Amino acid sequence: MTIKTTLMAGTATALIALAGQAMADAHAVHPVTGQALASEQVFTYRVLDDFPSIDPQLIQDVSGSEVARDLFEGLMNEDAEGNVIPGVATGFEVSDDGLVYTFTLRDTAKWSNGDPVTAGDFVYGIRRAANPETASEYAWFLEVAGILNASAVTAGEMPLEELGVRAIDDLTLEITIDAPRPYFPQTSTFPTLFPAHQATIEAFGDNWTDPENIVSNGAYTLSEYTPQEKLVRVRNPMYWNNDATIIEEVTALIINDENAALTRYLAGELNMTDIPAGQYPRLKEEYPDQAISFPNSCSYYYMFNMSDSGPEALADARVRQALSLAVDRDIIVENVLAGGQRAAYTFTHWAIPGWEVPDIPMATMTQAERNAMAVELLAEAGYGTDNPLTLEIVYNTSDSHAAIAVAVSQMWKQTLGVEATLANQEWATFLDTRGEQNYEVARGGWCADYAEPSTYLDLFTTTSSYNDGKYSNAEVDALMQEAKLASDPLPLYQRVEEIAAADAAIIPVYHYASVRMMSENLENWPTENLLQNWYSRDLYISASE
Amino acid sequence: MFSYIIRRLVVAVPTLLILIIISFVLMFAAPGGPFTSERALPEAVMNNVMERYGLDQPYWKQMFDYVTNIVLHFDFGPSFQYRDRTVNDVIAQGFPVTLTYGFWSFVVAIVVGVSLGVAAAIRHNTWLDYLAVGISIGAQVLPNFVMAPILLLVFTLWLGWLPGGGWNGGQWNYVIMPVIALSTSYMASIARITRSSMLEVLNSGFIRTARAKGLPTSRIIIRHALKPAMLPVLSYLGPAFVAMITGSVVVDVYFSTGGIGQFFVNSAFNRDYSVIMGITILVGALTILFNLLVDIAYAWIDPKIRY
Repeated sequence: MTIKTTLMAGTATALIALAGQAMADAHAVHPVTGQALASEQVFTYRVLDDFPSIDPQLIQDVSGSEVARDLFEGLMNEDAEGNVIPGVATGFEVSDDGLVYTFTLRDTAKWSNGDPVTAGDFVYGIRRAANPETASEYAWFLEVAGILNASAVTAGEMPLEELGVRAIDDLTLEITIDAPRPYFPQTSTFPTLFPAHQATIEAFGDNWTDPENIVSNGAYTLSEYTPQEKLVRVRNPMYWNNDATIIEEVTALIINDENAALTRYLAGELNMTDIPAGQYPRLKEEYPDQAISFPNSCSYYYMFNMSDSGPEALADARVRQALSLAVDRDIIVENVLAGGQRAAYTFTHWAIPGWEVPDIPMATMTQAERNAMAVELLAEAGYGTDNPLTLEIVYNTSDSHAAIAVAVSQMWKQTLGVEATLANQEWATFLDTRGEQNYEVARGGWCADYAEPSTYLDLFTTTSSYNDGKYSNAEVDALMQEAKLASDPLPLYQRVEEIAAADAAIIPVYHYASVRMMSENLENWPTENLLQNWYSRDLYISASE
Repeated sequence: MFSYIIRRLVVAVPTLLILIIISFVLMFAAPGGPFTSERALPEAVMNNVMERYGLDQPYWKQMFDYVTNIVLHFDFGPSFQYRDRTVNDVIAQGFPVTLTYGFWSFVVAIVVGVSLGVAAAIRHNTWLDYLAVGISIGAQVLPNFVMAPILLLVFTLWLGWLPGGGWNGGQWNYVIMPVIALSTSYMASIARITRSSMLEVLNSGFIRTARAKGLPTSRIIIRHALKPAMLPVLSYLGPAFVAMITGSVVVDVYFSTGGIGQFFVNSAFNRDYSVIMGITILVGALTILFNLLVDIAYAWIDPKIRY
């Protein structure tokens, strides 16, 4: 290297450092987009409920995970499209059999107290999630990730040391899984698998997540937490990539009522809030640049009780088929919900990366054709005016579930003469009712744990503990088993959807959308990230012109 | 008097115990549990969680341990919903909030309610009476879940005078809307009770005597009429005060104050057993206490009442 290039390199480094310094400056621009940045980089958003926990190994809800992804950093992160990108780990290698993942950690990663982040911290964190003493409700996620011996360790049948995770040295972590799972790296972006600072946890016990105690390794640190009111996090100067962080302060305001939240958004107190059901068209017209809708990886469906305790009629695939055909999804999506949701004829969310929705006959028919077929099928099954079918639809108390149930019961009545009564139940009661097969038809909603079709399709397997309809088809079970080891499982998944559709295992109703109000100057929101795994450090506030 | 107070406090103990027993029975009779979720937990995970919270014990043992912990350590147990907090934490954080806005609501409700009621009674069947009755009926029929969004719309969105929610350590501008929303219906009830009892008192013999003596009206009202007219109001104030200082679901939900009012509903939905119990006991104990205080105040106001 000549003196000149050394000088240039030195200047460049100084300039980059300066650019970092200048972020808070009114004249600063975003390094990639070149947009002018607002002088105040503060992001405030609304959450529905208080956080049951912000301890990564205990977190089980979406809003808690959002906080954890800011405060902590896992082995891998997600980019705006949901692709897995380096986090604390610079990368990983997979063994030929697909069972052993070796992660290399970056040596610049630090905890907020200055300690280096080591492979041992990940071992401690993951073991902590599995430890029966931690009693984490989310210990099951380690089984989803497939970490070797997770269920036995959680059940207390094996010592913690038998868990498939070990530190080879400070910067090398080895994780062994029980079967090849192509989605495994993505599970490392989930808080359950985040590192934990052992000394802090041992010193403060259950209070280690209090703002004055917490030690974290993410782009932000916790500065204030008033339960039921707000949680504030500020930029972490010890974060290895702190120079790239633009937002200085992030506040989650806990606002239970979505209409109150909307009013406060309109009053300028928030940068982002959810749009209450049915208000999207109006707000889109009034605030075209702020009201947005994008896919959200959950599917809404009705399940049939096909167990012995269920009605005899629902054991007949023709009846189920007729009930499914008679539901006019377009009316539900366009008139009842009106928020950019999509009609569903299959279970897996249409926007799952790499997923291609198979051709289901029902999907391409007109509603008139569907209704005609439905009438025919129901008559074949022996139900009609002389032998009317009566059913009860159970759903958990909510205005939009009620609206959908009313619409569905009307459609069934008009098209098929089916007498459906509606019953709403409070959440915990509803889950009990459904879990004990104490219902006829029930509402269901399922959200992806990871961006791959099996997160949905596993529900169709006989042994799934989430299969509340007790649907069972040996071919589906076999296909799902086969898909685990297949190099290209897509055709197998498509076949499962086809079988489930032919059996009318469920009535898929619609695929969810996130319907939000978002400030015009809040930039870089990852609308393409289907699981909505966002990181505050990727966002910025642009200067208004 | 002293022995009466002691007697009442002694009776309070079995009353609270019965309250605890009934709440326990109702709670466990409700379907589902604190760890019921859309995805049923694997058995091993469920066992760990149940064991951690002692829910694997027989009901009588759970109740016994619970009461023992309260009596010996004043420990109301961990919250099942908020893993990082205990019930003591939840109450310590939320009760000062509801106590603050509840106390101010109480003051506003009494001052405005009594003034309106007295004014209406003195100027019986005049425009002032009709106005006062009109205001109190209006305030009574406007439920606070309608009032809260209207306040938010007017003061936050249109006028931009007040923050739309939060508590901010009880800074005055965060307290105004919760106080208005909470106090109006109590204010209306107090005004109506004051008015009718004031009317009754003003028509009684001793007031006529006072007038006959030629005492000025203001003196008659303040010295002679107000005190007896307050008796029916007083019996309303005891339970009303407890209801106000333990907050309101609507206020907490709408203004995100962080008070304990919302736990009345949320903890039941979440089957957060220990929080349900903690709140029930808190409200039960406060109700017993303030009913006692009201009875003592009775004796002070009305010399005819002796215990």
